[in-house]
Amino acid sequence: MLPNRAAVEGVADQMALAEVKGRSLWADARIRFFRNRAAVISLVMLGLVAAFALFGGMFAQYEPDFVNFSLIGSNAYLGVPSIETGHYFGTDSNGRDLFARTAMGTGISLMVGVVGALVAVIVGTLYGATAGYYGGRVDGIMMRIVDVLMSIPFMFVLILMLVIFGRSIFMLFLGIGLISWLDMARIARGQTLTIKNKEFVEVAVATGVRPSKIILRHIVPNLLGIVIVYATLLVPNMIIFESFISFLGLGVQEPATSLGALINEGSRTMQFGYMWQISFPLFFFVLTIFAFFFVGDGLRDALDPKDR
Amino acid sequence: MPLLEIEDLMVTFTTADGDVHAVNGLTFNIDKGETLAIVGESGSGKSQTAFAAMGLLAKNGRATGVARFDGKDLLSMSQREFNKIRSKDMAMIFQDPMTSLNPYLRVSEQMAEVLMLHKGVSKSQAVTEAVHMLDAVRIPDARARVTMYPHEFSGGMRQRIMIAMSLLCQPRLLIADEPTTALDVTVQAQIMQLLGDIRQDFGTAVILITHDLGVVAGFCDRTLVMYGGQIMEEGTTDDIFANPSHPYTSGLLKAVPRLDVDEGELITIAGEPPDMSNLPPGCPFSPRCAVQLDHCSAQRPPLEMTGDRRRSCHLPVQEVA
Amino acid sequence: MLSFVVRRLAVAIPTLLILVILSFILMYAAPGGPFNSERPLPPEVLANIEAKYGLDQPFWKQIVNYVSGVVTSFDFGPSFQYKDRSVNDVIAQGFPVTLTYGFWSFVVAVTIGVSLGVAAAIKQNTWIDYFAVGISIGAQVLPNFVMAPILLLVFTLWLGWLPGGGWSGGQWQFLIMPVIALSTSYMASIARITRSSMLEVLNTNFIRTAQAKGLPMRRVIWRHAMKPTILPVLSYLGPAFVGMITGSVIIDVFFSTGGIGQFFVNSAFNRDYSVIMGITILVGTLTILFNLVVDILYAWIDPKIRY
Repeated sequence: MLPNRAAVEGVADQMALAEVKGRSLWADARIRFFRNRAAVISLVMLGLVAAFALFGGMFAQYEPDFVNFSLIGSNAYLGVPSIETGHYFGTDSNGRDLFARTAMGTGISLMVGVVGALVAVIVGTLYGATAGYYGGRVDGIMMRIVDVLMSIPFMFVLILMLVIFGRSIFMLFLGIGLISWLDMARIARGQTLTIKNKEFVEVAVATGVRPSKIILRHIVPNLLGIVIVYATLLVPNMIIFESFISFLGLGVQEPATSLGALINEGSRTMQFGYMWQISFPLFFFVLTIFAFFFVGDGLRDALDPKDR
Repeated sequence: MPLLEIEDLMVTFTTADGDVHAVNGLTFNIDKGETLAIVGESGSGKSQTAFAAMGLLAKNGRATGVARFDGKDLLSMSQREFNKIRSKDMAMIFQDPMTSLNPYLRVSEQMAEVLMLHKGVSKSQAVTEAVHMLDAVRIPDARARVTMYPHEFSGGMRQRIMIAMSLLCQPRLLIADEPTTALDVTVQAQIMQLLGDIRQDFGTAVILITHDLGVVAGFCDRTLVMYGGQIMEEGTTDDIFANPSHPYTSGLLKAVPRLDVDEGELITIAGEPPDMSNLPPGCPFSPRCAVQLDHCSAQRPPLEMTGDRRRSCHLPVQEVA
Repeated sequence: MLSFVVRRLAVAIPTLLILVILSFILMYAAPGGPFNSERPLPPEVLANIEAKYGLDQPFWKQIVNYVSGVVTSFDFGPSFQYKDRSVNDVIAQGFPVTLTYGFWSFVVAVTIGVSLGVAAAIKQNTWIDYFAVGISIGAQVLPNFVMAPILLLVFTLWLGWLPGGGWSGGQWQFLIMPVIALSTSYMASIARITRSSMLEVLNTNFIRTAQAKGLPMRRVIWRHAMKPTILPVLSYLGPAFVGMITGSVIIDVFFSTGGIGQFFVNSAFNRDYSVIMGITILVGTLTILFNLVVDILYAWIDPKIRY
């Protein structure tokens, strides 16, 4: 489920190379990115999805948790999507407005994805950079811990935690964050090992700059390209994670909702022909995931122009 | 009939940033048993000339003009036809011995497959012959080490393995693309010595591609100097070294560091190597030439032939220092 | 080679212990025990039950009992929910099912994924490449919980070709949809990784050497390019394995296949801790063993790794 590690490592090599050549990598990358039609279209799509999540609720005729009791039991003909009733996407099985709920679910899914990816990337980068910078025994122990954590089936532990400590967004973030920083740590460590031997770091070490400052000032900025690419590719994976958990009914709690939860509800009623209940959330889910993947791929290709 | 005939060869690569013209109308011959040096800076098109002759151009590259090996047209050959002459009649060794051998296969296997393919011998027979060849390139204890993996050998040893592998079928032409560039100076000398010996023992014609004039002297009969995918001048090696007739050649010769004369600072040719996607209409060297004339950058100098020398320069011979 | 395996095992065993202890601590720290249901039991009954399950003993004693039970006799204790059944019984019932469709999903994902990726790389920029890239991009947005309802809708509700769920001892009709739903996104990832890996390998110097030797393309691909191509795929198999096992939860929920995932979800909602822990430990063990196999395969293929 996680992005392929080898595929993003080339980015850091390119950044190092650009430094040698003395050319502005970012300027070149921007040109290449905007030449990539799929990536640009996806970026626009992401903007639209985000706008829908942020402002969609304002256009909804109903609150996301308003239950229209008159509709319960007669969803099949009264709950269909329609402009007249104001239920643009129809209603869910409980007679709630699906347009408002989809907007809300998209927002929560996006938030979980972005925050989860940020947590993973920040923790992973700092951890990996520290391990790589100190090297030796510290590195050995820190990476061994990563190895050990890698082989734990986290989804099961996460479900266990959600069951034991109750469901909450916080628990979800914690669990998702726990799973996903490991790969980032490995990438960051590997790249730090090469950056560490560059002159500017050696100079800093020789002039007695504190290690924490070297890591933050000199090493982390050089990891930025790879971090951005990895984070972009991680967001859709986080969204899928969250949807998975919500799908099992262990994610966000009613009346709040997420795309995963909505897809779950929709999948239960499609056999009765209420196709709108699954199609609208699924559409936004697929669109978001697709867009993130293409933007991430575009960023990677822009920062590491190799034929793949 | 010359062994390899190249006539008006053009190699062009299609890239996202436009066409790159790596070789622009190159013409030369090499006879049986002869040694020819192709000299030029990186990006002068010398390696691409070799790849075009071997049919190994990258997918986005195409070659036009004429290239004939033993009278057979190379540029119209399919990969299947190429496979019949590669390594068997015409072999190539590459610049970087560290990455040119397959790290996942034993040396014995990589060498044996050549013989099994081209000569149809059995595996054990092929390995025996491979060991003989490794002995010939002076790999110590070849019998035991033939089953090792490439990473267990040093860079110089790996280049010896590459040379041994390319000679297995006793090809008539060996193209050596910068065979010593990636190696230490002492190892360089050993490899050149080895190539010289092998040429004598097997009578193989050799095209030595290099940017290092120091390697050429004492090894090659003839030298061809390339710049911007074109010939600057060509002649016997001794003649070129004694009387360079092109400003670029004399610049290259001055840039060879010499131990016998105290020159103070190292002399280099000013300027950048040419941008192959955007060459000047005239002489490609004109932007960097110290002695250029007014029309040098506008008009391409013709390739003139006097005796066994060829040169392409507007400046009269006697004015080139 | 043997010492390599031994060293890997030396890491695997503490990892497993950590997993066991971690899940036990989580369970112990849980607010409210498994028998705190809506209807409070009389205190003496509760005490009785807790004594039966050993819950009245101090923490360290419980953990030692549990761990030694697991380690010495693979005994995960009794189920709190299903009376008269041990966790081992539950696993024995569900695990063969999971193993069956999991195995087939894995086989499908790897064989189709690798072949598709190789074909796409060799025929780069032809229709087969576009097809493979299209599939692998498309399938990324079709994780198992999206695939499963779509498959059900098409093959059961609309076409009526396949049964909508159940297991029936693993007959093929019951196997098809779980396998497709579980394997699609991994097949896609494997195809993507194989393709980019093969493209990268085909650009290396040693492939050029192989071509310069006059080897036919078939031999260049299979003998020279395949091993380095497969290495990144191999490192992906570990995460893919974990993902598939996790995905089996969805499969069990959707297709009522009756694998361990179903028991896991049921137990999660019923606070049947011993079953949850048993399954978590089982999955962890499998993961660790699988990673061990992958590591050994990796070392076997890549001669640069010393073991």
